[in-house]
Amino acid sequence: MTTLDFSPAPGPAPAARRIWAHGRTEAMLLARNGEQLLLALVIPIGLLVLGRFVGDRFGLSDPNLVAPSVFSVAIWSSAFSSLAIATGFERRYGVLERLSSTPLGRTGLIAGKAVSLLLVTAGQLLVLLIVALVLGWRPVLSLPALLVSLVAAVLAVMAFAGWALVLAGRLRAEVTLALGNLIYLIFLIGGAVFLPVAAYPQVVQPVVSALPTAALGEVLRHAALGEVLLWPLGVLSGWAALGLLVSRKVFRWSS
Amino acid sequence: MSSSASPAISVTDLTVRFGATTAVDGLSMTADTGRITALLGPNGAGKTTLIRCATDIVTPDAGRVEVFGLSPKDACARGLVGVMPQSTGAWSYVRPLELLRYLAELHANPLPVEPLAARLGLHEFARTPYRRLSGGQQQAVNLAGAVIGRPSLVVLDEPTAGMDPHARHAVWNLIAELRAAGTSVLLTTHAMDEAAYLADRVWIIDRGRVRVHGTLAELTADGDDLESIYLANTESRMMP
Repeated sequence: MTTLDFSPAPGPAPAARRIWAHGRTEAMLLARNGEQLLLALVIPIGLLVLGRFVGDRFGLSDPNLVAPSVFSVAIWSSAFSSLAIATGFERRYGVLERLSSTPLGRTGLIAGKAVSLLLVTAGQLLVLLIVALVLGWRPVLSLPALLVSLVAAVLAVMAFAGWALVLAGRLRAEVTLALGNLIYLIFLIGGAVFLPVAAYPQVVQPVVSALPTAALGEVLRHAALGEVLLWPLGVLSGWAALGLLVSRKVFRWSS
Repeated sequence: MSSSASPAISVTDLTVRFGATTAVDGLSMTADTGRITALLGPNGAGKTTLIRCATDIVTPDAGRVEVFGLSPKDACARGLVGVMPQSTGAWSYVRPLELLRYLAELHANPLPVEPLAARLGLHEFARTPYRRLSGGQQQAVNLAGAVIGRPSLVVLDEPTAGMDPHARHAVWNLIAELRAAGTSVLLTTHAMDEAAYLADRVWIIDRGRVRVHGTLAELTADGDDLESIYLANTESRMMP
């Protein structure tokens, strides 16, 4: 049996190793959680299939618009609902409190969560991309449109994550769970993340267009047609800045 | 700056309020380097709040807390402090050894995971998610997590709550080994035998203030045992 040397030898691991360890661990745990997988993959794949065959009944007349809509839904679910619910329970179970007193610290914890979100979203989009291509999705390839899509996706993740942390950092875990799922559904139906803004009554279109879900959806849908849309980047930047500011102000590390 | 002469923990006139409730009320205490310090008190006495101040979770309304002469934030960032939380403190789905491997990766010179797990009997339930472990098993995992980074100070919040007598004695032996190796230990407990067996110095607090402190020999010099001293210096929250 190996003798354990309990003499003090404190010291933090290099920052990159700490952050990577955290991001990898969180991503692994999410992949193990059935409820989170439902949000991350099962529902988006269901929407891909549904949109491919009956999308024209819901305003998605061009089958090429279904896949970018589903990609938007996937980013919305991972960066908002999944993050809010997971973080809410981490706060409730004292995980945040415990880890903030390790060398990871609060900054490392946030950076680690960003890495986890990146890993999960990248994996999720890769699976959905393959399914969409198998179902016949053929986007118009355009480098400017692709670049704007990437910027929009990053801004959207920041916006959704900021507001997810507002919920998770302030409310009880059970309330965060309920509200996270409810808001997910409300925006899925009414936030132009899956359906284009044009599918909504004209009178509400200006309001819907100002939502971050709509902004992401519109950029990705236009990009799939090879078109560059810039106004949504302003909407997303505003929501991201506001969400991150509010979350920084209200977030509590312990329950 | 950290100094070898600095105590492991130095608390000066600490006050913490949560709304109208004063959890810690002008409390001052020290925990000596390389010694086991027991912090005793009824539920709600302010023990966990004090620990949270020393681990940078709670910001005091007044007073100062230093860990080896550093702010709690700096001490934690340097890996000087290992904390065993009173309850949970881990992801629901994580398995014990996964958690330990992850925590080990946060530190520069961690203990080897497998021998530590073997020492604390964690292999028995290595495949079980944390949320399905018994209270005592969770405590064993949390204890391993507190020491894995080889910190200079280990903070143990009721480390043997929910453990069977075999596990309690194993934990006591481990805590004594930590001290022998030069690690400082701050321990909260409701078990007077535990405090009497382990502690070099005992602080009894109630309603956020220190009521009495000293070595076990000093406190029991009049012939009373530690439990009697505790009962005489703290108030019951329940009707007799």
